[in-house]
Amino acid sequence: MRAVLDIDDLHLRIGRMPVLRGVDLTVEAGQVHGLVGESGAGKTMVGRAVLGILPSAARITDGHVTFAGIDLINLPAASRRGLLGRRMSMIPQDPMTALNPVYRIGRQLTDVLRHSLGLGRQAARQRALELLEQVRIAEPGRVLRQYPHELSGGMRQRVLIASAFACGPEFIIADEPTTALDVTVQREILRLIRKLQQDKGTAILFVTHDLGVVAKICDRVSVIHSGRIVESGTASQLFAVPQHPYTKALFAATPRYDRPGNRLVPVPRQLTLRLLEDAAAYDQRRRMLRHA
Amino acid sequence: MAEWVRRSASRGGLWRALAGNGRVVFGGIVALVLVVVAVAAPVLAPHDPLRQDLLDSLLPPLWAGGDPRYLLGTDGLGRDIFSRLIFGARIALTVAVIAASLAALLGTLLGLMAGYFGRWVDTIISRLVDIWMAFPPVLLSIVLVAVIGAGLQAVIIAIVIVDWTRFCRVVRAEVLVQREQDYVTSAVTIGLSRWRILLGEILPNLVPVLLVLLTLEMGIAVIVEAILSFVGLSLSSDFPTWGGLIQEGRQYVYQSWWIMGLPVACIIVVVLGFNALGDGLRMVLDPVMRR
Repeated sequence: MRAVLDIDDLHLRIGRMPVLRGVDLTVEAGQVHGLVGESGAGKTMVGRAVLGILPSAARITDGHVTFAGIDLINLPAASRRGLLGRRMSMIPQDPMTALNPVYRIGRQLTDVLRHSLGLGRQAARQRALELLEQVRIAEPGRVLRQYPHELSGGMRQRVLIASAFACGPEFIIADEPTTALDVTVQREILRLIRKLQQDKGTAILFVTHDLGVVAKICDRVSVIHSGRIVESGTASQLFAVPQHPYTKALFAATPRYDRPGNRLVPVPRQLTLRLLEDAAAYDQRRRMLRHA
Repeated sequence: MAEWVRRSASRGGLWRALAGNGRVVFGGIVALVLVVVAVAAPVLAPHDPLRQDLLDSLLPPLWAGGDPRYLLGTDGLGRDIFSRLIFGARIALTVAVIAASLAALLGTLLGLMAGYFGRWVDTIISRLVDIWMAFPPVLLSIVLVAVIGAGLQAVIIAIVIVDWTRFCRVVRAEVLVQREQDYVTSAVTIGLSRWRILLGEILPNLVPVLLVLLTLEMGIAVIVEAILSFVGLSLSSDFPTWGGLIQEGRQYVYQSWWIMGLPVACIIVVVLGFNALGDGLRMVLDPVMRR
């Protein structure tokens, strides 16, 4: 398998606080790679570091991020812009705010196409219609003329998915794309992402905190805690025989519709404390190494 | 904001909201009258505003038993006050529109840059604004005109140089809010350049704020122009500006109060109108913007 994205020993801090502590992660071509973790584990920062949209206080202190052989960390901003949209894109978390309220859907979709692919006005419009059909929007012609607030959350997420797939990128980062949606809509959106991904052979880094979602869509899974990947493997492997105690604890804390009546066990406090202590000890070792 | 678009997009709902706001209506009418009077001044004015007639000097207005040829009476040199007020509206409107627009342009540009680029750009621009605000604005404009030299251009330049900070501060703050919105991140992830995002994505979202600021600034510009004319730093004194009329009328205030009172009334109504318009626009546009 060919790796599309390779993250190697990525360290990142926000201000003085370490957020990522040596993340290793490889996304292979045409696969959906789940990145699972609780709030604050650093999963969103991994995605943002890849796209180069980190908050201003964040600094990458060590490690490599390679996309299709290109070193993303030392890439000049202009070259990065050349990749974004064309070869790499994002499905955002909150569809309610991710579209510009002052422009019609058509304008926003064709902007992507015209800017990234250099299509003409007519060609871009035609392509936008096709894209909306692909994400199963019923009346694409009408939706193109509508403003974002005239669409439901699910519809907007479809538009954003269309936009992410618009230029046929090799790689997409989906940052909790279903978290802001109703559970019923979630299912459709997941299926849609899966189908488009398989049709086009796109690789996806799927960031989520929801193991149920991972089970539906991912080929491989990495579990992240306190800025480190604690366990990584194929989805079936990981679901069948989770190795790391944290992964096991996560499963025990996830409601299962196929096993109603199971008691849900919160992640044990001692385990969380131990992981955090490990992280702190790791930080200290690194500090000592740097000063040595 | 989205609501703002929805309203304007769907069935002119925005217009209805504006028409239902008393301040917008009042301010709109004042602004409209000012524009009509200024544009049609040569047609509307019964006399040449500069023509003197010393035999007819200091005539009272019609209602106080004056000459029917001079609706609002005459000044100390026998010039028709009504015509002078009408021509004064031209100056007031010219200054209001040009100075406010240029101040908006300069302030918005710097505010956009400070808010979006941050770091040293923001530091420089923000400190500049702080320094600017340490000066009393009227004093600063008087000094500026004194340095540049009197005249309409100087007045406009002075107002722009003094008042761009009003726009800069508000726009910067608004950009700080807007740039954290996900649509900006989306724009980054499709590879748009920073200037394109700033002007094409963020700026359109600031239009309601700018509209409000612009109307308020026009009122301010009218006052500043009047002050500068009053101290004799605007146009040459025989040309009818409202501030100049006040200054001339001051000498006769005990015998013929209307010579000073009428231009004061004009300024009050116009400034009140612009302020009401700005306030009204804010009331109509703001709650939906901050949804």
